[in-house]
Amino acid sequence: MRRILSVLMENEPGALSRVVGLFSQRGYNIDTLTVAPTEDQTLSRLTMTTHGNDKVIEQITKHLHKLIDVVKVVDLTEGPHIERELMLVKVKANDSQRAEIKRCVDIFRGQIVDVNANAYTLQVVGNSDKLDAFVQAIGGVDILELVRSGVSGLARGEKSLRL
Amino acid sequence: MELLSGGDIVVRALKDAGVKQIWGYPGGAALHIYDALFQQQDVQHILVRHEQAAVHAADGHSRSTGEVGAVLVTSGPGATNAITGIATAYMDSIPMVVISGQVPRDKIGGDAFQETDMVGISRPIVKHSFLVKDASEIAGIIAKAFYIAGTGRPGPVVVDIPKDVTAPNYRVPYEYPDKIKIRSYQPTTKGHPGQIKRAIKILLAAKRPVIYSGGGVVLGNASSQLTELAKLLNIPVTNTLMGLGAFPGTDRQFLGMLGMHGTYEANAAMHHADVILAVGARFDDRVTNTPSKFCPSAKIIHIDVDPTSISKIVAIDIPIVGPCDAVLQEMLDQIESASAKPDEAAITEWWTQIDEWRDRHGIYTQPRHEPSAGNIIKPQDVIKTLYKVTGGDAYVTSDVGQHQMFAAQYYLFDKPRRWINSGGLGTMGFGLPAAMGVQLAHPDAVVACVTGEGSIQMCIQELSTCSQYGLPVKIINLNNQALGMVRQWQDMQYSSRYSSSLYEDSLPDFVKLAEAYGHVGIRVTHFDELEEKMAECFSLKDRVVFMDINVDRSEHVYPMHIAPNGSMRDMWLSKTERT
Ligand SMILES: Cc1ncc(C[n+]2csc(CCOP(=O)(O)OP(=O)(O)O)c2C)c(N)n1
Ligand SMILES: [Mg+2]
Repeated sequence: MRRILSVLMENEPGALSRVVGLFSQRGYNIDTLTVAPTEDQTLSRLTMTTHGNDKVIEQITKHLHKLIDVVKVVDLTEGPHIERELMLVKVKANDSQRAEIKRCVDIFRGQIVDVNANAYTLQVVGNSDKLDAFVQAIGGVDILELVRSGVSGLARGEKSLRL
Repeated sequence: MELLSGGDIVVRALKDAGVKQIWGYPGGAALHIYDALFQQQDVQHILVRHEQAAVHAADGHSRSTGEVGAVLVTSGPGATNAITGIATAYMDSIPMVVISGQVPRDKIGGDAFQETDMVGISRPIVKHSFLVKDASEIAGIIAKAFYIAGTGRPGPVVVDIPKDVTAPNYRVPYEYPDKIKIRSYQPTTKGHPGQIKRAIKILLAAKRPVIYSGGGVVLGNASSQLTELAKLLNIPVTNTLMGLGAFPGTDRQFLGMLGMHGTYEANAAMHHADVILAVGARFDDRVTNTPSKFCPSAKIIHIDVDPTSISKIVAIDIPIVGPCDAVLQEMLDQIESASAKPDEAAITEWWTQIDEWRDRHGIYTQPRHEPSAGNIIKPQDVIKTLYKVTGGDAYVTSDVGQHQMFAAQYYLFDKPRRWINSGGLGTMGFGLPAAMGVQLAHPDAVVACVTGEGSIQMCIQELSTCSQYGLPVKIINLNNQALGMVRQWQDMQYSSRYSSSLYEDSLPDFVKLAEAYGHVGIRVTHFDELEEKMAECFSLKDRVVFMDINVDRSEHVYPMHIAPNGSMRDMWLSKTERT
């Protein structure tokens, strides 16, 4: 099952490599990974999506917790949560395709963020399924390159991951 | 506040962390620290002959005392040589701080001379590591390193210090923190009382209970609580290889070691148990045999300070996360006030069954090997003789192989921290340096290193260190002229094709070798001279004695789990007999 784990950790050099190392060392999967400092510059927030059965996820969570740099770990998928991923796609856009692409971007509430004579760069934000669906929807056009940020997320309501 | 250079701070912080001896080997990146060591008297440095040995020696110190071991090595090859030792300590959860020199800060990343990414290389085999960025950080980091190494589930911590950070011309105020707080690290100090209550209920209702206790009981100083609990409820106890000594080996309630080379009675009792109380043990594959067939009818209670150990291999019914001593004490307290009492009739019946297993296939009730005679010396008899000559009260370190298993089976440890071996990593070469660490920590104690002619040659150079520091360890070499454990597997699984497990005629004359280092060498080739020569060995209190004992090379270690697909109770009892 797919899980979103959110990790609050010390903003120290080497902390990220310990997390990534843990996954490769123990044979766990990382599907996406994002990390950046929080409003408190001494802390980083790392979000990762992974998959595995309950036993594996439990071990992953416990092992993350065991890392000295890790302050807190939550499995966002255990409760109601918001997840977002940002995608930038550069597509070939000649005159005949431009209207169609624009329509598609509108439907997905995306934006055209860069334009030149032959290409559009599109931005779409949403959960991972929505981004997948968008890629399907523009299937007819030539994708020049595509980059996704990986998933970020927060629990719904007042619940928060903090010190 | 006093102004000190980084090098002086390292040494002063070591002293303030309680270190009296540090094991190590100098080199360029560590020279400022070595110069600081030279100019003081509080911390003694012991120069080994190979960095691996420094780590094993600090490890032996730690295992025998419970203190955090300390190691100092230089960058590059010094650091990489330490890796095997660090991995050994990590696998057995031994607290230690390893300080490694590093190239100067401005050279890091440039493939400088003797540069190795020590933090990176050691990452999977340390509890934590630090790269020091400034002299002002050293004291705080060393204090944290000792705290992390020694608390919770212990383990090795690496502190990598660039050379320029320790330079004599840059001084900063020295202050050793008197209290350490790490917001992201708060080891558990007690077990959940509700879980403990549930555990007691199940334990008191048990009809066929077994206590399975591991290295965590030794490391967590919980032997007395464990023994008291076992006695109070009259429950049979088995120890893992790492747990030997946690419960007295000569006690009637002790079933011997369990697992691959455990006793029949221990493994059978586990298999048929209805309740297993696992304490500080981690369901290692050398214990469980096939996990899906592990103890089919048992409810399992598991006490461990490390939550990741729980339900890692085998699903646990009642997990209790906490230090073994605190949790067992809480159990004892709760049992005292509990109204339920153990089912004495059932327990008596259980003991009758266990005694029947003991009589049938036990290694202590009857010899499970041919007797020694003439020039055939059985390795088991060497260990029994060692036990007799040392009155069962020696510190015994061991290397890895058949000799290790014979020592574990036949030297009955009544106290914790007496049996010192590399259980998790199985590191050949561990025994001699570990014995040095034990001897230095306990100058008046009898320290024996049980080894094989294969293993001893992996750190034989340390015979020189023993001379320099007067460490009169006794080396008991069970010389079977083979990588015996490898040979045993080749006998059992490869139709006796001895691929690279024999040395032809290349073995050294160990007696002469010992003498070359200024030690005493004693060779034993006949069984009837064994005890007398062993007694002579241990009478030479101030000398290193190397006993080279020719043992029967055809001997196998039994009992042995039948694998793959066997359960706990499926065992080879000899070359021809199985359960
Ligand atoms: C460093 C290392 N290399 C290889 C092994 C694999 N191994 C396990 S036991 C053994 C044989 C040990 O021979 P010896 O020390 O003579 O002991 P014996 O089994 O003969 O008693 C080997 C090679 C190991 N445990 N450690
Ligand atoms: Mg051998």
